Amino acid sequence: MTDIQSKTTDSQSKRIDNRISKHPIISADSEATVTFTFNEKSYKARPEEMISSAMMANGVAIFNKHHKDGTPQGIFCANGQCAQCLVLVDGLPKKACITAVKEGMNVEELDGLPELPADDDIVPASAIPIVETDVLIVGAGPAGLSAAVELALANSLEPELSAGDLKVIIADDKLELGGKLGLQTHNFFGSIRDCHAGMRGMDIGTLLAEEVEELANTEIWLDSPVVGVFSDGLVGIVKAGVYHLVRPKHFLVTAGAREKNLAFPGCDLPGVYGGGAFQTLVNRDMIRASNRLFIVGGGNVGLIAAYHALQAGIEVLGIVEALPQCGGYKVHLDKIKRLGIPVWTSHTILKAEGNGKLEKVTIAAIDNTFIAQPGTEQSFDCDTLLVAVGLAPVDELLEKAKQFGFSAYAAGDADVIAEASAAIFSGRITGRKMLQDFGHDTEVPNEWYEMLDMLRAKPGPMYELSAWKKDEAKIYPIIRCAQEIPCNPCTAVCPKNSIRTHDGKLTGVPQFTDECIGCTRCVVICPGLAITLVDRNYDSQGKLALVTLPWEMPQGTVKPGQIVKTTGFEGDDIGQGRIIAIKDSKWQNRRQLMLLEVPMEEAEQVAGIHIYEPAAKVAGSSASQDDDWDTIVCRCERVTKGEIIQYIRDTGCSDFNALKAALRVGMGPCGAKTCNELALRLFRQELGRDTEIEPHVERPFTFEVPISAFLKGGNSE
Amino acid sequence: MSQDYDAIIIGAGSVGVPTAYFLAKEGMKVLVIEKNASAGQGENKAAIGGVRATHSDPAKIKICQESLKIFSTWKENTGTDIGWKEGGYCFPIYREQDAAMMQAILPIQKRHELNIDWIGDDELAKVVPGINRNGLLGGTYSPEDGQVSPLMAIESFTHEARKLGVEFKFREGVQELAMEGNAVTGVKTNKGEYSAPAVLNAAGAKGTQICKMAGLNIPIVPDSHEAGITSPVKRFLDPLVVDIRPGPEGKTKNFYFGQVESGQIIFCYTPIDPIIGEDKRATSEFMPILARRLVDLIPRMKGLTIRRLWRGLYPMTPDGVPIVGKCKVDGFYLCIGMCGQGFMMGPGIGANLANLIVKDKPIMKQSTWDFMRLDRSFKTDDVERLA
Repeated sequence: MTDIQSKTTDSQSKRIDNRISKHPIISADSEATVTFTFNEKSYKARPEEMISSAMMANGVAIFNKHHKDGTPQGIFCANGQCAQCLVLVDGLPKKACITAVKEGMNVEELDGLPELPADDDIVPASAIPIVETDVLIVGAGPAGLSAAVELALANSLEPELSAGDLKVIIADDKLELGGKLGLQTHNFFGSIRDCHAGMRGMDIGTLLAEEVEELANTEIWLDSPVVGVFSDGLVGIVKAGVYHLVRPKHFLVTAGAREKNLAFPGCDLPGVYGGGAFQTLVNRDMIRASNRLFIVGGGNVGLIAAYHALQAGIEVLGIVEALPQCGGYKVHLDKIKRLGIPVWTSHTILKAEGNGKLEKVTIAAIDNTFIAQPGTEQSFDCDTLLVAVGLAPVDELLEKAKQFGFSAYAAGDADVIAEASAAIFSGRITGRKMLQDFGHDTEVPNEWYEMLDMLRAKPGPMYELSAWKKDEAKIYPIIRCAQEIPCNPCTAVCPKNSIRTHDGKLTGVPQFTDECIGCTRCVVICPGLAITLVDRNYDSQGKLALVTLPWEMPQGTVKPGQIVKTTGFEGDDIGQGRIIAIKDSKWQNRRQLMLLEVPMEEAEQVAGIHIYEPAAKVAGSSASQDDDWDTIVCRCERVTKGEIIQYIRDTGCSDFNALKAALRVGMGPCGAKTCNELALRLFRQELGRDTEIEPHVERPFTFEVPISAFLKGGNSE
Repeated sequence: MSQDYDAIIIGAGSVGVPTAYFLAKEGMKVLVIEKNASAGQGENKAAIGGVRATHSDPAKIKICQESLKIFSTWKENTGTDIGWKEGGYCFPIYREQDAAMMQAILPIQKRHELNIDWIGDDELAKVVPGINRNGLLGGTYSPEDGQVSPLMAIESFTHEARKLGVEFKFREGVQELAMEGNAVTGVKTNKGEYSAPAVLNAAGAKGTQICKMAGLNIPIVPDSHEAGITSPVKRFLDPLVVDIRPGPEGKTKNFYFGQVESGQIIFCYTPIDPIIGEDKRATSEFMPILARRLVDLIPRMKGLTIRRLWRGLYPMTPDGVPIVGKCKVDGFYLCIGMCGQGFMMGPGIGANLANLIVKDKPIMKQSTWDFMRLDRSFKTDDVERLA
């Protein structure tokens, strides 16, 4: 008894709490009340929390030691796609990122291969449930949910026909509807009328989810990964741990995207993982997964991840982008630059280093052939490196379905990678088109196609900002939206209708003309935080002006009364200002307004405040040839870049399948989802871009399935 | 026409590649032509890798004894691991009629000096931990049989063959055979023409098409078998296990599985109604049936996780014995109709064929070798269709 008590006290004294308690946008809906053990120590998890998040919340970030070489494995995809977070759960290997903690669960680090438990209880006979449906939708994100809403129209279109009773199953591997919308704590672009622009992605997800939950014809299967498409027309789904076969008349894949990867020395260290994975940890699970963060990739995912990190109170050391310009929306880039986060374009990550976990990164400038330039190396101490270098469609089920002659459709990122607002339209259009194909009399509005094209388009050209001048005006907004992006909420909220986009187009650059009553609605709604309000009436002396800025950083980051450095829209230094107040806004939930007193002559330039200083550089070195050669390409089987290159050179092989056989590249649990592109790149590098490379053969399952799932159906009688 | 090569092998698979290796070892200049992009991309990679000499047909026994010798000493001889695991084969028996059948073969097998015997149920339960004891009578166990990784083996055979000077031409399909009178003298592919005094048909499931080019009609019909593999676990199972009972679902004859050297459980079943043809697309039927059969036999298997499924072709002859050796067309050698056992027989056939071509006699007795002639009666022997 004494022994146990002393143990408890001991573990309590060392207790780490990595949960985010103070966040400007989101709040946890439950306390950590569920008790589980990890390596015999007792910890608490939130109800329904994934094991990986519960572990990381408690400061445990190593899940297993790889069975091939004993290297410690940290979180990587946080999305059930790889198996780096494999742990033993009550004796059986499970992926920690998709297994929810249950009261009393016994979790252990997996050291090498798991042992098969000697459980010799006979398993009673059972049958695999076979379910017929008109439509099976794979993935309950923005595209899938939007399609489901449209497909439900079948009922109202022809209530007299039995064809109206279109049965739809929407299956998703997560525990909640909404897909990645749940991670999008930022405001969406687009238009208010058509896709809830100005709302936060997570709120749009909730809206869509509620809409679909109301649909009488739609069955929602959560915790239901779709694991295989078969040539006999059936689809395998593990619904809440029980294998089901579904025979759909039509098959719609809205499974979204997975993150692309980079292979560089140290990329396999715990602490190096995807930008999307990070958003899952921070925004869905509210885990402060990092203290010091570095980001590779200046696309929207990387830029937004940096902003989300700051909101979670995580120090962001900087972002590197290989291209001369960041690919993400300029407004996303500018909002982090204003806060003082360095962004290095034409730079790359050289290597990550650390003893069993990430401790240091080294970056370097690259020339226009992407070769790192000696002498430009910079190193930083950090514990986390996010790889955010783009997304690839999750389309393997779709491809198989097409091969097998299914009536197959795709929408959202599974079809074309784009913003979530585009996925909403893609889902709607596909839903309507399916209804048409089924013989229903319905139309796809033309403007939906136009919206989709606009939302999928890359950001358009930049324009010179022309400041609106009207000497007698005392209060007016400054709109710094200079890039053609599909977004117009500011035009919709102005009570005086004083903001219009060029030619009234969604992608047109907005301009303020005319009258402003200082209501701040435009400041609050702008998803890009690109609008400030200038009040020249503030000071009777005419020396000071009051600037109203949108503010979304954690409480306490800065305080009223504080003198702060002011920046221009792109983060350029302006001068100083004094924070007068940080207040909640009347118009929109969760965005605050900062009232900043600045010199009159700077009022129009000030767009933000600079609160983060550049991190100190540490000693570092460039990556050696050996480092490069030892880079892990296939994580599951721990195959290095050097082994792959050597094999290709020795054999002249141009067949991915031979690489699988010879080195086991792509033969692990993820089934080459993670290394496919990386290995293909090495083939092209060695054999030339024009060489025909035989792609690897995809076979079921796309997701490993416990044998027990096949044994738990209903009674076989 | 000058002779480009001493021998041309059509097909870089389980049989063709080891044969090329052994021919080259005899000093021959060998070309291997393969329509796929690399070696082993036909049925080799679909094989589960069981290797046993414990057959009932003498020719197959001799071939596999040779194969076992080659596989088991490969690492010693070449320094390359091919996943060899000497865990034996075990046939657990639950029905009296099966016991009688298995015991009837034992004397033949022992005559060929095979290490196989009947073991009682207690001993069998030690060999196959966790096996369902309900009704278990015992079974046969042959500890010197084993398993090899087909993927690692073909890779290594290819590598070693290359070192001996064998040339491989991939992505090249044979379009016709060059004939002079009653002799095959070379091949024409989509990319070129090559000549050799010996042309070997090791084209696996496509072997019948090659034979047609030489004017031979051969009685081989491919059928399709599905297989799968789990994630790895620590070693708990030594032998490859064959359960010869029909399945309770009414669709399967035997099923078999083993734990490979790297820890995964690899498995397969034989459907009662053969799936004739070359369709290799996955079906929804396989895994539910297989899962049930696995846990009915060894309940603790419920703790495993299925990783991947695939299908492979069994080029079947009517009697379950392959067609190997010379035929009525001069210079044309057959090594086809492996009935799903091409991987285990490949090296043994290769070694014998090399001897035949170079020294005009196989390693085994000529009379035994002749069991595999094309011009035989092809009377069915069910036992040989096992695993």
